[in-house]
Amino acid sequence: MNYKSLSRFISLILWIEAGLMLPALLLSLVFHESGATNAYWQSILIIVLLGGAFFLLSRGERAGDFYEKEGLACAGLSWIIMGLTGALPFFLSGEIPAYIDAFFESVSGFTTTGASILGAVEHMPKSILYWRSFTHWIGGMGVLVFLLALVPRGNKGSGFTLHLLRAESPGPSVGKLVPQIRKTARILYLIYIGLTLLDFAALAIGGLFFHDGAHPTTVFDAFCIAVGTAGTGGFAVINAGLGGYSIFTQLVTTLFMFLFGINFSCYFLILRGDFKSVWKDEELRVFLGISLIAVVVFTVSIVPQYKSSGLALKDAAFTVGSLASTTGYATTDFNLWPNVTRAVVVFLTIMGACAGSTCGGAKVIRLILIVKNLFRNLKQLVRPSRVANVRVNGRVVNEGVLSNLNTYLAAYVFLLFVSYLLVSLDGQDGTTSFTSVLTCFNNVGPGLGQVVGPAGNFGSFSVGAKLVLILDMLIGRLEIFPILALLSRSTWSHS
Amino acid sequence: MKIIIAGIGKVGTTLTAQLAADGHDITVIDRKDSRIERVCSQYDVMGLEGNCATAQTLRDAGAAEADLLIAMTDADEVNLLCCVTARQINPGIHTIVRIRDSEYAQQIIEMREVFGLSLIVNPERSAAVEIERLLRFPGFLKRESFAKGRVELVEFRINEDSPLKDITLRNLPSVLHTRVLICAVMRGGSVILPTGDFALQAGDRIYMTAPATALGTLLRDLGVISHKVKRVILGGGGRVSYYLAQLLEREGIQTQIIDNNLERCQDLARQLPTVSVSHGDITIPSVLEREGLSSADAFVALTGMDELNIVMSLYAISQKVPIVITKQGHIDELKDIVSGLSLGSIISPKELCSDIVVRYVRSMRDTTGDTAITVQSVAGGQVEAAEFIITPTAQHQDTPLLELKMKPGILIAAIVHRGALTIANGSSRYLQGDSVIVISTAGKNIQRFNDIFA
Repeated sequence: MNYKSLSRFISLILWIEAGLMLPALLLSLVFHESGATNAYWQSILIIVLLGGAFFLLSRGERAGDFYEKEGLACAGLSWIIMGLTGALPFFLSGEIPAYIDAFFESVSGFTTTGASILGAVEHMPKSILYWRSFTHWIGGMGVLVFLLALVPRGNKGSGFTLHLLRAESPGPSVGKLVPQIRKTARILYLIYIGLTLLDFAALAIGGLFFHDGAHPTTVFDAFCIAVGTAGTGGFAVINAGLGGYSIFTQLVTTLFMFLFGINFSCYFLILRGDFKSVWKDEELRVFLGISLIAVVVFTVSIVPQYKSSGLALKDAAFTVGSLASTTGYATTDFNLWPNVTRAVVVFLTIMGACAGSTCGGAKVIRLILIVKNLFRNLKQLVRPSRVANVRVNGRVVNEGVLSNLNTYLAAYVFLLFVSYLLVSLDGQDGTTSFTSVLTCFNNVGPGLGQVVGPAGNFGSFSVGAKLVLILDMLIGRLEIFPILALLSRSTWSHS
Repeated sequence: MKIIIAGIGKVGTTLTAQLAADGHDITVIDRKDSRIERVCSQYDVMGLEGNCATAQTLRDAGAAEADLLIAMTDADEVNLLCCVTARQINPGIHTIVRIRDSEYAQQIIEMREVFGLSLIVNPERSAAVEIERLLRFPGFLKRESFAKGRVELVEFRINEDSPLKDITLRNLPSVLHTRVLICAVMRGGSVILPTGDFALQAGDRIYMTAPATALGTLLRDLGVISHKVKRVILGGGGRVSYYLAQLLEREGIQTQIIDNNLERCQDLARQLPTVSVSHGDITIPSVLEREGLSSADAFVALTGMDELNIVMSLYAISQKVPIVITKQGHIDELKDIVSGLSLGSIISPKELCSDIVVRYVRSMRDTTGDTAITVQSVAGGQVEAAEFIITPTAQHQDTPLLELKMKPGILIAAIVHRGALTIANGSSRYLQGDSVIVISTAGKNIQRFNDIFA
């Protein structure tokens, strides 16, 4: 383990985090929230000093060796530290009195889960709500990718940074868009910022004209919704969730939840004028196809409960977008929907959207690979002499990717059930325990049942269960291996 | 610049490392997934598995927008086809091809025209040329020329009985009658840019710039009794041996090639009628003895195996052969170990080849004329020597070098003004149109002349 390089990366990440906290500090000054202002000052000071301590550790001769295990450990460790330090404003301002709850909220924010321990939020200082939503945006694309965008060009041995991109970015086989990682990271962030601004502008301008909701879409609300949608997070800044806003706000958010669930390399191809590859992309087609089917199933089953089929369609589409993109916003409590919808809710929670987007979950591409691999193996079972490949988009998938996928799947199921077992020690009913684990693991937010459903919150869980769920959220966001690598002794050995 | 490198064997990988460090957008193509994985996790480049001669693969690699294609697969024919296909996709693309089969060597100029190639490299031939240059001035481990051959950068190893032993650089003029500048010293695997108080020790390898005309005097001052090389033994009959034997034949030097493959020996004997070719196992000392190793003027170890070359050279040195040259294919990985062995000159075809390509790439990027016109890496790649022409944009013209604030690890070694060479000292100055040789420790990334200033 290359401790010096690791410390250097963590110090840089802490400093970036402190920098990203500055707008929240300014906002607290603008809104005259003196408690929050103090909390931000103290938090920024602590984070900067902590970063300094890691920087001091990293001084001296650094070997340039930075391999897979360093990349994995760096991603795992920096996310845990970010969660711990991101909780400081909530805790120091006294808005969330217990540190474990603040930690849960912060990890839920960074991992873009959106599961909250808070029942009501409207009374909280605006700058605290802003930071809570903004953590979604930071975690959506990832700080390591942000850091990679800043890496100076032609740095010696800079190929190692690919391990960081792989460790943080979602998907079974992460590649670059262009040869240089710095440029790849910049393109990803430019697309991310561009789409976020588009969403924000649509919501803010729409807020001026549409007043049919119980709560107006102010500029502040528009910004918080936009960053929450972009990161596919799901923290709302009003108690009623997205249902409290105008239909227009809900429709725009539906559209952007789907857009942020699409692989960002598709946008890169569109920018380059290559519409054909995007149109033929298997993952995109399957994602949109499954979403369409889910919308139809939802609409048909909930129409009897609604006054008009239009409103039913709106809520159905919103819920599908929210679950598939693992955002977790809600316009309605889907716990009140007929039982048939529950299976679809669980399926969409696990599936997630496309790899290379900001969403959580297992990703559609894994689903495609699992199904294709299954059929291939079945064919070989019948005719053992048959030699067959798994293809996606016409290209043969490397057997290594498939074998990794099996490892991922086994680890996924195993961890899911261990977490389920641990959380159920709290004594909640089976549906609540299971879907709370499921929703955290897949970074969605709401689960099934009264406690963790869209109308409930996670505040009533015990400290132990909260710790398990925090770990689940991190494991889900980083796709298991970076966190598991932290537990392996060979990661920390010197060789 | 957007560059595609097809084939990432030894030369391809070295090139990838150097060009990625220069900040180019590089896509590598290879048929082997494992190689791509290795290169991509080490350098900041994109990888693509496939046959580089197919239009589809080249298109996927972005040949349509690329500025340069470098074809370095181990098959000459594939390299050619790759370039031809790329030019179909993008007629403006520059192409650098490796052609190393001796049978094609005669028609290189025609091929260049017909296929529209920008540069043809032949690592083995370059190595042979380099070895021949060394044999002409025995005593120097390495020679590089600059400024149209007026300045030489030579490598010299200080032995126990050398007149330079324990001399501080300030007192150098008392020993040497030629103005030279010791630019870099390699001691124990690391490179030092010495100052006036630096004392030389036995075992140091020094790199000095000297006027080309003074090399003979310099050798005499250094206590090297130089006699003309008359008989050379080449251990191993690979491509380098073939090209070298051809060159030596032209100089009238008697050459003997020994190889353990009978068929190869017969081939060589057919192609080189005047060279004596023997068949025998060169790992056995008595075979070398039978060929008259101890009375030869020079021995060159040229088999395809680095370890074998090292062992043969050590044996030749023990037999008091005056000049020993060793070919190394993986020198960068074993640099520290090999340099401690006092092996004589070491020749690395892959580094020579990648130097040529890097030089071409650097000149391509530059249209203003203020980037280096020649770049040579010495001391196993730890030091770079670059030649710049001073353009009107160059800073601090007509200022004594002593007053310049340069980055650490950078040195101006020589200035050629209107054809007259000055080995640089504190009062030297450069003017527009001069050639300036700059020495830098590698990794400094000096692309333009003005990069040398702090």
